[in-house]
Amino acid sequence: MSEIDQTTGSLYTTQRFDRRMARRRRRQSRLKWISGSGIVLAVTALLVLLGSIAWLGWSGFQQVQVGLPMDFSSGELQPQEGKSPAAAVEDANFRALVSDAVTRVLGDPQDRQAERARDALLSTSAAREVGRKLLASPDWLGRGRVVVWVPAGDEVGQIVKGRAPRDVPASDRLLSDRQLAWIDRLQAEGLLRTAFNWDFFTRTASREPEIVGIKAAVVGSVLMLLTTFAVAIPLGVAAAIYLEEFAPKTRLMELVDLNIRNLAAVPSIVMGLLGLALFIRFAELPRSSILVGGLTLALMTLPIIIIAARAAIAAVPDSLRTAALQLGASKMQVTARVVLPNAMPGILTGTIIGLAQALGETAPLLMIGMVAFIPDTPAGLSDPAAPLPVQIYLWSTSPERAFMEKTAAAILVLLAIMVCLNALAVFLRNRLQKRW
Amino acid sequence: MPGESKDHGSGTAEKMSVRGVDVFFHEFQAVKSADLKVHPREVLALMGPSGCGKSTLLRCLNRMNDPIPGARVTGEVLLEGDDIYAPRVDPAKVRARVGMVSQAPNPFPKSIFDNIAFGPRIHGFYKDRAELARIVEESLQRTGLWDEVKDKLNQAGTSLSGGQQQRLCISRAIANRPDLVLMDEPTSALDPKASATIEELVRELAEDFCIVIVTHNMEQAQRVADRTAFLYLGEVVEVGETRQIFEAPQHGRTKEFLGGQFS
Ligand SMILES: Nc1ncnc2c1ncn2[C@@H]1O[C@H](COP(=O)(O)OP(=O)(O)O)[C@@H](O)[C@H]1O
Ligand SMILES: [Mg+2]
Repeated sequence: MSEIDQTTGSLYTTQRFDRRMARRRRRQSRLKWISGSGIVLAVTALLVLLGSIAWLGWSGFQQVQVGLPMDFSSGELQPQEGKSPAAAVEDANFRALVSDAVTRVLGDPQDRQAERARDALLSTSAAREVGRKLLASPDWLGRGRVVVWVPAGDEVGQIVKGRAPRDVPASDRLLSDRQLAWIDRLQAEGLLRTAFNWDFFTRTASREPEIVGIKAAVVGSVLMLLTTFAVAIPLGVAAAIYLEEFAPKTRLMELVDLNIRNLAAVPSIVMGLLGLALFIRFAELPRSSILVGGLTLALMTLPIIIIAARAAIAAVPDSLRTAALQLGASKMQVTARVVLPNAMPGILTGTIIGLAQALGETAPLLMIGMVAFIPDTPAGLSDPAAPLPVQIYLWSTSPERAFMEKTAAAILVLLAIMVCLNALAVFLRNRLQKRW
Repeated sequence: MPGESKDHGSGTAEKMSVRGVDVFFHEFQAVKSADLKVHPREVLALMGPSGCGKSTLLRCLNRMNDPIPGARVTGEVLLEGDDIYAPRVDPAKVRARVGMVSQAPNPFPKSIFDNIAFGPRIHGFYKDRAELARIVEESLQRTGLWDEVKDKLNQAGTSLSGGQQQRLCISRAIANRPDLVLMDEPTSALDPKASATIEELVRELAEDFCIVIVTHNMEQAQRVADRTAFLYLGEVVEVGETRQIFEAPQHGRTKEFLGGQFS
């Protein structure tokens, strides 16, 4: 053997061995670098994504408001016999009151055109807003002058937040020089402010970007996800138990197994088609409803849950099943008392990740008609809804510039919910595992 | 002590008797027409080289071959006169009456208390919590584990040392008040000191239970067993008083095994 060192008679003192060791070390450090840079790349991409969405979205959580100096002591709002305060507010002409208030600050508009330009400073919802606020604080009626804050028009908001450029030729912006001057005037008078956008969380879809909110979308998403939960978890876990613990190892079962694995890889939009055919065409459940959405997402999540639960069940050591059998447990008792408790952390983790995925799904919902403009918060499973991802999609296709920040802000909320769900998965896993 | 003549009374019925049992794994025959008797309150050792079918024969005694895919058992195994392989017999009941301890300790990842209480709970052997606690304590006392764990009954069974875990498994088996306890090389995963404790325990338990213990260790058989069966290639070659088997083996195969010609 030529490899043996002639002087020492050892394999390990030859030059060739040293060279080979050196090459091995080099290869190892190269691999370390490659995999390390992979992680750096992934983390960077994630940070860039989060950063850009946060940058686009932060102003969505802010609302620019105009303060209207108003006086509610005029006759029609004062308590009258046979008329409730609510009815008085109902009948009051707030449009005129708002117009008066603006005139008080900015002076009398000379013509119709100027009046319209001035109205655009405020949200079209301003008059309704004033009525709503007055109902909430009826003591304004006797107080004389109060400053009522109402949302500014969407373009005003964009300019004030710095989202729309100011220093460009008038033809390139949506607000005229005169309107910009008014904004400055309001600012000078202290009647323009930027506040936290509570409307974003308490209101629903609207044509006016300055007052849209995600409440209906979040409620819709939550109800839909609960439906998915209620259907997919029992079915998925039961199927996994059957396949792992009871099913005979036959050709047929191999086929079933293969199909479940393939089902998990079916594009979600195809699942939407299946949902359309199954739940709307065949079962005639209400179109666009939360029920159909939840069932369709359950179809999609089911294979994921089955696969995760099967892996968790298969990971329970056989010695534990044997121990329970040796003590005289029936097959059912082995499953319920030994297998399931030990598989639970894995089942939960897989399930929650499947649900987080379902939460972000849009395509299948488009197929079942959950893509309409729905300003009402859903109250039941048969109500139509536009869940959060669909709402995001709808806003992203709206032309107004102000919808862009709302889109990004809604994405941030969706991401926050997902992070919470995943954190819950990790927490439950640790919690259930740490006990022993 | 082994070899010491313990009066089984020739008239007493056997606790268990195995008659012409064959075990197949698919085509392969692992046990060939085995005949064996287990007397009341004795320790019977099954001894033989590795792979000769000791574990398989042992599993016939509590129907633990049933869950093995492809396993087939024929013949009769009588527990106090009744065939445990008869058509209407529930294997779960057989296993409750014939306890078993595995080669490697396999406590549940539950508390020590819940480990012992597992059997009584699934069989409903107790009226109230106090009675369950008593069963747990007695079972732990019986294996000498009580003093070591009485202050940490809520800790995980898996947190104990190997020897303690094996005693926990024995306690768990006897919490069912079995007629027989089967042990498959219960000390093979343990260090010598823990093994010695288990061997001592086997002798003590023999005062109340029948014990069938599998071992490939001749010294162990001599230390713990009243009678010893020698198995070779799936056949029960020879059964007898332990002293007789070791001092005056009748069969050539037994002599060769004891002489260390194979193991
Ligand atoms: N589940 C099984 N499937 C197939 N063959 C098995 C199985 N279990 C044991 N055997 C075979 O049966 C014979 C006896 O095994 P076993 O009883 O475990 O031997 P021992 O316990 O004496 O070492 C061996 O040849 C083994 O390969
Ligand atoms: Mg064995």
